[in-house]
Amino acid sequence: MFKKRSVIGLFTDEDVVADALDNISQSGFNSAEYEILTGTPYPDGTFGDETPKHKLYRFPIIGAMCGFIVGLLLTAGNQIAFPLITGGKPLLSIPPMLIIMYEGTMLGAILFTVFGIIFESRLPRLFMGAYDTKITEGYIGICITSNPEKMIAAEELLKNNGAEEVKRGWE
Amino acid sequence: MQEHHHRTDKQINKELLSSIFATPKWWPIATLFCLIVYLIGMTAFGYMLNKGIGVTGLNRPVFWGFYMVNFVFWIGISHAGIMISAILRLTQAEWRRPITRSAEVLTVFALIAALQAAPLVHVGRPWRADLWVFPYDFSRGIWINIKSPFIWDPSAVMTYLTASSLFVFVCLIPDLAVIRDRTKGIVSKIYGFLALGWRGTPVQWKLQIVAGILLSALVLPVFVSVHSIVSWDFAAQIGPEAWHSTIFAPYFIIGAIHSGVSAVATVMVVMVWLFKWDKYITPDHLDAIGRLLIIVATAWFFFFFLEWVYALYTLESPELAMRELQVFEMPWRALFIVFVITAYLFPVPMWLFKKVRRSFLWMFITTISVNIGMWLERFLIIVPGLMRKQPLMFNWGSYTPSMVEILMVCMTFAWVFMGMLLFARVFPLIPLFDIKEGMLVRDEIKIGRAKVPATIRE
Repeated sequence: MFKKRSVIGLFTDEDVVADALDNISQSGFNSAEYEILTGTPYPDGTFGDETPKHKLYRFPIIGAMCGFIVGLLLTAGNQIAFPLITGGKPLLSIPPMLIIMYEGTMLGAILFTVFGIIFESRLPRLFMGAYDTKITEGYIGICITSNPEKMIAAEELLKNNGAEEVKRGWE
Repeated sequence: MQEHHHRTDKQINKELLSSIFATPKWWPIATLFCLIVYLIGMTAFGYMLNKGIGVTGLNRPVFWGFYMVNFVFWIGISHAGIMISAILRLTQAEWRRPITRSAEVLTVFALIAALQAAPLVHVGRPWRADLWVFPYDFSRGIWINIKSPFIWDPSAVMTYLTASSLFVFVCLIPDLAVIRDRTKGIVSKIYGFLALGWRGTPVQWKLQIVAGILLSALVLPVFVSVHSIVSWDFAAQIGPEAWHSTIFAPYFIIGAIHSGVSAVATVMVVMVWLFKWDKYITPDHLDAIGRLLIIVATAWFFFFFLEWVYALYTLESPELAMRELQVFEMPWRALFIVFVITAYLFPVPMWLFKKVRRSFLWMFITTISVNIGMWLERFLIIVPGLMRKQPLMFNWGSYTPSMVEILMVCMTFAWVFMGMLLFARVFPLIPLFDIKEGMLVRDEIKIGRAKVPATIRE
């Protein structure tokens, strides 16, 4: 079922983690094979890693457009389906339509943003892989996920680079 | 921010999750009391459903009483919750960290209280109220009338409720992972399910931080629209001429901020008293929110003054009749005096003193005072407005709330207190990861002989 294996090393010092990452990279592991796990949002580049890239900003724009269209169809459709003249105003009365369309636009943008956050964060994640509860207590984890035959080398690499604890997990 | 208590991640977890892992003695008693008050209110609601809307004090010409006052009040409270959180996040104000979560949660419970306070209650036949919003009656071809403010209201309030609930959830995910890691068995599985498998990778953290800012930017325009639309319930209707005011939307918004920021300050004080989180919510935080309140309150008072100026300048008889009632006739005169004193004249001069702003007790008293005043403000806009409306009616009348209405007002307060107490037992009321980040980017620098706390920012 699981073609890949993962191993995690726990560290306490940010500089040691940065050095360990350099060594892991030089030992033949590509950047897709290892990741840092922390319980705190560290500033970008703390561990010498690249700034994470995402496409989150596209989601609210798409959501806003969808919400606007739904709002337009809902308001215009309602008035055409039930042509009730109120206060002598035109059947398709723009000011009240704008209110509902505005709310629709904002709702669409917010719903898509939340969807985008979850999607871009690669959540929900069904299998945790190698993980340790000490991560949320302040430890910094380096998780290496690769082929089973590279696991022993990964474990050694983490230990030699100052990991206080190393444990395996499934991916 | 002069105070700085350094805590390790382990200490932060232990102290801020204490409300979840240990049951304080007062908690069951307080929650049970709120539940009883809530159930009494629900019983009163059931009685009203059975007997009809005649058991309330509502009658011609005053068809909006305590229910509508309470609705506007809770919408107001809900506003500043998200507003304060969003503005402080956007401006990266360092003192936001322990406040944001409780403010956002207060927003959600206040909005649900607002929904319980009026829209479904005072229509007489609540089971038919959904027909306003959801046009399911296809067989008769009846569709909703989007020209009515009563359609604008649900669309805005539901958008705001959805947005603020999702805002709370998204910002809660990393903290849910912390609880998942500290629990075992089925409880851990439930928190794990809610945490969606959060691990704390750089991408996840990056998106979490961007999400806080992006959602804040998206929620703020919704917040402005909601109270504007609530004000248009009044300003856009043909009844009371005294409500036909172009200043109503900004006046309602600033009133909501005044009331809501005060409520957030009250919640901060109560959190410190109940959960002993004085290492996280310090006099510095109260001082900052006190300064903000002086500005907000004065801006609100300016709008209040302008509303009177515009009302009196026209010399129109419906306006004059309502203002005369508000200021010269009992019991409205007494309520008006209490309102002006409690909403502005008492708290604002008090906040000018640093000792008051840094005192938990005084901030509690003054912010409660604001909300007493702001509740009365809505009461004095709605009821006297309807008592002296001119067109489309043939008599002037009065209003006295019935016991059913009073109990249902109490029910909404019990709901919000109970909701906050229950939330605090299941989820952290102070965002752990935000506090941890704050500890990471703060240090003390030495300038001469002084040690000054400093914040490093990207």
